[in-house]
Amino acid sequence: MTAEVLHHTRHAEQDRQSRLKNRILCCSVAGCLSAGAEGVREAIQNETDHPETEVCRTGCMGLCSRGPLVRSSANDVVYTDVTPRDARAIAHGEPIEGRMLRPDHPFYAGQRRLILANSGYADPERIGDYIALGGYQSLLCALAEMKPEEIVGEVKKSRLRGRGGAGYPAGLKWELVARHPSSTKYVICNADEGDPGAFMNRSVLEGDPHRVLEGMAIAGRAVGAQQGYIYARGESPLAIERIRTAIAQARREGLLGSRILDSSFQFEIDLRIGAGAYVCGEETALIASIEGKRGQPVPRPPYPPESGLWGQPTLINNVETFANISTIIEQGGEWFASIGAPASPGTKVFALAGRIVRTGLVEVPIGTSLRTILFDLGGGVPEGYQFKAAQTGGPAGGCIPAQYLDLPMDYDSLTRIGTMMGSGGLIVMDTSSCMVDVARFFMEFCRDESCGKCIPCRAGTVQMHEILARMTRGEGVEGDFKMLEELSGLLKEASLCGLGLAAPNPVLSTLRHFREEYEEHIREHRCPAGHCHMGAAQ
Amino acid sequence: MARHRYSGDALIEVLHVAQQLYGYLSHPLLRTVARKLKLPPSRVLGVATFYHLFRFAPSREHRAVVCMGTACYAAGAPDLLARLRHRCGDNWTIEEARCVGSCGLAAVVNCDGAAWSRVTLADLEARLSCAAGQAPSAQIQPRQ
Repeated sequence: MTAEVLHHTRHAEQDRQSRLKNRILCCSVAGCLSAGAEGVREAIQNETDHPETEVCRTGCMGLCSRGPLVRSSANDVVYTDVTPRDARAIAHGEPIEGRMLRPDHPFYAGQRRLILANSGYADPERIGDYIALGGYQSLLCALAEMKPEEIVGEVKKSRLRGRGGAGYPAGLKWELVARHPSSTKYVICNADEGDPGAFMNRSVLEGDPHRVLEGMAIAGRAVGAQQGYIYARGESPLAIERIRTAIAQARREGLLGSRILDSSFQFEIDLRIGAGAYVCGEETALIASIEGKRGQPVPRPPYPPESGLWGQPTLINNVETFANISTIIEQGGEWFASIGAPASPGTKVFALAGRIVRTGLVEVPIGTSLRTILFDLGGGVPEGYQFKAAQTGGPAGGCIPAQYLDLPMDYDSLTRIGTMMGSGGLIVMDTSSCMVDVARFFMEFCRDESCGKCIPCRAGTVQMHEILARMTRGEGVEGDFKMLEELSGLLKEASLCGLGLAAPNPVLSTLRHFREEYEEHIREHRCPAGHCHMGAAQ
Repeated sequence: MARHRYSGDALIEVLHVAQQLYGYLSHPLLRTVARKLKLPPSRVLGVATFYHLFRFAPSREHRAVVCMGTACYAAGAPDLLARLRHRCGDNWTIEEARCVGSCGLAAVVNCDGAAWSRVTLADLEARLSCAAGQAPSAQIQPRQ
């Protein structure tokens, strides 16, 4: 594909779509599909009898708890809780009382959908849709109008922080890889979204896969790599299928492979599938897995930009990090840096779940307060329940209690109160959740997922889980506090990788904000939330 | 294996396809893979057993996977798991999954390939009867 053909394709598709009377786009990612979205789409297709109305699939429109969701472009509404019985009304653009979301609905009004911009507007299985919305223009710009150093420069200007959880400045990482003299380099997209409660990456891969491919290709150009890998979870067959389709389409159109867009740049992307190991979200374990080994991390330094996949300089970034790149190239790094918080620019997709009225995906400028996310966008806690804490960062994170509801959700503020941004999972807990049991739940997870290589993590997670489990059975003793604190210190200082290092976080965070719950478990053998079965000790 | 030029790096890819074809990874199968990829059998077994998704025994007639992610856990997944284990007989495999990523629809159970969302103890029975052989699609409970 040449630049002219890309332009032509874009305008031709835009033209074609503008001449349609209506485009009906049905959310077709895992959540809505499991609620019956395919049946809904087929039913609407059957009710659509003229060619001026097009029915197709699309990505996540966010309000997962009210799915299946269907967007009608003619009246710019998103229909919720759609069943095949609604097909006729939707096909004819009729209103359905109480089940329509307009763009000014509080759920949407408070969001800034940049990463999710195409979801609701494009079919993830049609490259033409992506191109019509400006897709691959940024890659063209990067190849035709920019030098690799300028691309890196733009990412540095954006001050984009890695969206995988650690928040390391992406531009710096890119620069490190770019500077390395080796002629063999790799770009890896970490799509091993293992945090329970996080589904942002999966939704982007299922709903807008080309965005990720384009970001990776631009990265390849910037750092001097010709081969990319997407490492995706084996548990997400639909994401795998959509990535495969997108790669095949991009290859067919000459947007991947050799001589991309008439330049000398060549870039291939291959898929590597994980096999169920949370630790493979850690970069060196991920690399080991691509190399066909057990997913066991290795000591760093050297870091991947210096020596990564097969010993070569490797750029690893999260799905969401790559998903930001095409926008940064299109609008400029400075524009991006003006959104969100100064030290953490841009937007973040949060996966809102738990005891909240509206669960699903929301995308907001970083620095938006927790209160805004939970109460304006999320609709607050349902009637009859009381907010207790919001959990972020999965098994590596911590909780945010009620007194911090006005906390800006940015990397540094969250670290300061003892949790972390993580990949974006945001789970709301009410007073029926026991914070000791939550800590136990995450420690059990870490124990099961520990690769076993280093003793602090392998043995430490077992011991810490035992202590927490005893507490929830009413067998806690006073010495448990000291043990938990000592073990936490040991894991944090002596673990080989982030899994062990961060495993104590949920414990430390709940001890910090909910110590009295622990005290009641130990001293009075009572669970204030009424959750733990205290057994014989009572 | 041919597609990956018999490279040892492709071990995990090969194991995925092998499991898809044969349903599980038996010891003879693993030894064959080791031989063809010129890897020590201990290495192949070590890699295969490291990852949760690989199975080493044949699946039974029915398979239910209960998601034990945070949102599903908070929505009662442990009770669903216990009830399934109690109620389903020897022709069922009942497993846990880390997180299937449909947290907005907690609790999620995958039954014989079909994803059930917003599962509660109350409607578990009804869904199981549907799955046992009658018409598909159990009723999804409307959100309150």
